[in-house]
Amino acid sequence: MSVTVPRPKLNWRERLYLPAIVAGLAITFKHFKNMLLGRTKVTMQYPEQKWDSSLPDYYRGAPALVRDEDGRVRCVACQLCEFICPPRAIKIIPDEIPSNDRFAKVEKYPEEFDIDMIRCIFCGMCEEVCPEQAIFLRKDYAITGFTRAEMVHHKEKLLEIGGVMHGVVLKWNEKK
Amino acid sequence: MPDPVTPMFNVQIDGVWHQFPKGTRVIEACEQAGSYVPRYCYHKKLSSPGNCRMCLIEMGFPKLGPDRKPELGADGKPIINWMPRPQISCAQDVAEGMGVRTNSALVKECQRGVMEFLLINHPLDCPICDQAGECRLQEFSVDYGDSKSRFLENKVKKPKNVVLGPRVTLDDERCILCSRCIRFCHEIAHDDVLGFVDRGSYTVLTAHPGKRLENNYSLNTVDICPVGALTSTDFRFKMRVWFLKETKSICTSCATGCNTIIGTREDVIYRQTPRENDAVNSCWMCDYGRLNFYYLQSERRLLEPQIRSEGKLVAAHWPIAIAQAALQLKQFSGPEIAIVASGRMTNEELWLTLQLVKILGVELIDIVPRIGAGDDILLSTDRNPNTNGAHLILHLDSGPGASLPAIAEAVNSGRLKALLALGENPIRFGVTPEKLANLPAFVVLDILSNAATEHATIVLPACGFAEKRGSTVNGDGRLQRLNRAVRAPGEARDDWEILRDLLQALGGTDSLYSIEDVFRQMAEAVPQFAGLSLSKIGDLGIHVMEADECPPPPFDPEAADIEEAEAKRPPGR
Ligand code: SF4
Ligand code: SF4
Ligand code: FES
Repeated sequence: MSVTVPRPKLNWRERLYLPAIVAGLAITFKHFKNMLLGRTKVTMQYPEQKWDSSLPDYYRGAPALVRDEDGRVRCVACQLCEFICPPRAIKIIPDEIPSNDRFAKVEKYPEEFDIDMIRCIFCGMCEEVCPEQAIFLRKDYAITGFTRAEMVHHKEKLLEIGGVMHGVVLKWNEKK
Repeated sequence: MPDPVTPMFNVQIDGVWHQFPKGTRVIEACEQAGSYVPRYCYHKKLSSPGNCRMCLIEMGFPKLGPDRKPELGADGKPIINWMPRPQISCAQDVAEGMGVRTNSALVKECQRGVMEFLLINHPLDCPICDQAGECRLQEFSVDYGDSKSRFLENKVKKPKNVVLGPRVTLDDERCILCSRCIRFCHEIAHDDVLGFVDRGSYTVLTAHPGKRLENNYSLNTVDICPVGALTSTDFRFKMRVWFLKETKSICTSCATGCNTIIGTREDVIYRQTPRENDAVNSCWMCDYGRLNFYYLQSERRLLEPQIRSEGKLVAAHWPIAIAQAALQLKQFSGPEIAIVASGRMTNEELWLTLQLVKILGVELIDIVPRIGAGDDILLSTDRNPNTNGAHLILHLDSGPGASLPAIAEAVNSGRLKALLALGENPIRFGVTPEKLANLPAFVVLDILSNAATEHATIVLPACGFAEKRGSTVNGDGRLQRLNRAVRAPGEARDDWEILRDLLQALGGTDSLYSIEDVFRQMAEAVPQFAGLSLSKIGDLGIHVMEADECPPPPFDPEAADIEEAEAKRPPGR
């Protein structure tokens, strides 16, 4: 079914056309004046200048694995993030912690933990699903590389980005 | 259908009257009526100790009038007198006029209470626990439990990571003391090894002093453990269960053909678990069969067709390898050719082998028997999954393996010119490697390289049991179905396709496009399969022949136990 849209009825002011031109020129003159007075600033000179310091707390950059104050890699390889990740960017190979290890009672750790940053959509689902407070989206946003392989963050890289997280629940330390 | 002589009882479940045959457990009757009753200790194949109290229900019996007749209500049905206290439904059979309430306020309160008690000392380590995703405690605590714990004290510490046996690891803290594993060992495996020691909050499951849980059925305890207390040492921490794709199949490690579920992810097999089939394996399978899949992921897998040229095996394309194989076989007359088939081949593959036998005029054809110690639970002495199928299709009237000495002799004496080995190694039945190397045509279809493949003139890489479809006939004469769980590695192809192509290159039939076609053709010729198709076999199989129709393979008294018999197999198979 076709719909005929009627032409708008213009009044004489609108048909005259000039008032609109004057209004437009007024804006142009305002910018011109601001420029002469040095009050405009339009482009941030990235990468020489960065606005990292003004990133909000809720900013979602690259996902990363964290250690706690004890230096323990918090991830226990439950693979929930691998399950939830919408673009399936995460790949984990779990393994058993040897019995002579300081954290042997945690039993399980990620032997390999890869996040393919070409796939990651920075949704933060992994951080949200993690029952161990082990994966967080940090503020790193400039993730670059020349090859696809370089764009895969392995465990070491993830721990490097993640660093140490303070104030997380130390559920494996106290008596459960 | 219940047996007509079994009396039927009228039972009211959640307000609706149903009929159940005498002897039905109340918990089963409720499930059949659509009111699932949660349970931990009850398992339908084991006795009911009634120790977890999760299955509490309200029960009642008809109110009797002064004349000892049930008083009828307005609807003409008996009025039920409810017992004031809840009863367990797992240890009680249905009775005439019984009333059951599975979702009353009292029942819900009981379930909530039992859940709370079970969780008091249970560690909250679901992120590392292998049972997560198939844990009854997780599921029921969502369905029937509370979201919060009122327990503020320290949880009881118990032994963790206890090695109960070579294949089972126990975490006592997670154990909810349901005793299913103890009853399984006692009642099904006939090997009393497990028990509870210490009483009260400190009760732990443990093996009897000086004993280990090492019987060939130990991994079934892992399956029936409703929580993550008993874990498979092999599967532990390898993969979360929710990633596993489940394919219904059958175990091919012996003639019993236990029904299984193969758990795979991205073409890697992680575990096999038994699938219920009361006509075959009930709910169980043996550890040997369960773990016998690693050879499919072996380093020695044959990954590409190979042709011998100038003394060396070199990779070739499939059409060339098939054409070469046909060319090599065609040079000789029937009596100069022998075919060694395998009791591990599916019916479809054996049927195509029979067509090869016919087109080449081969007289020497046999399968290689594989014998090991059996038991009276599931494991069969016949370790070939399809001896009966081979008997039906290849008509091995003097029993499997009877013509092997003749074949070995013919090769060793140089009388035989061409040998087609389908998944079997001729060195195992007495052919000497030198004579194999001298054969003008030695075509091998196999999945792993072995001492014989290096002497082959043509190597055709085939598929393992989890990589193909097809049917087998188990030791009891039951026709069952294999399903594809993973893709074959490299260029390995489905066995039936290789055989079909070879048949075609030899001038045989051209009308087989799918494995269904092969089955259809076979069903027209083999009376036992008449009227069947692959899909009609269904998940649980169909009984097609009497077991004693097939003469048993000769028993090898030397193979005294599994280890010994296995050591005799070429490694990896
Ligand atoms: S942020 Fe989203 S897309 Fe990226 S790894 Fe986490 S879950 Fe996957
Ligand atoms: S959800 Fe957390 S603990 Fe689980 S695998 Fe991912 S990062 Fe590790
Ligand atoms: S299932 Fe009835 S008491 Fe455990």
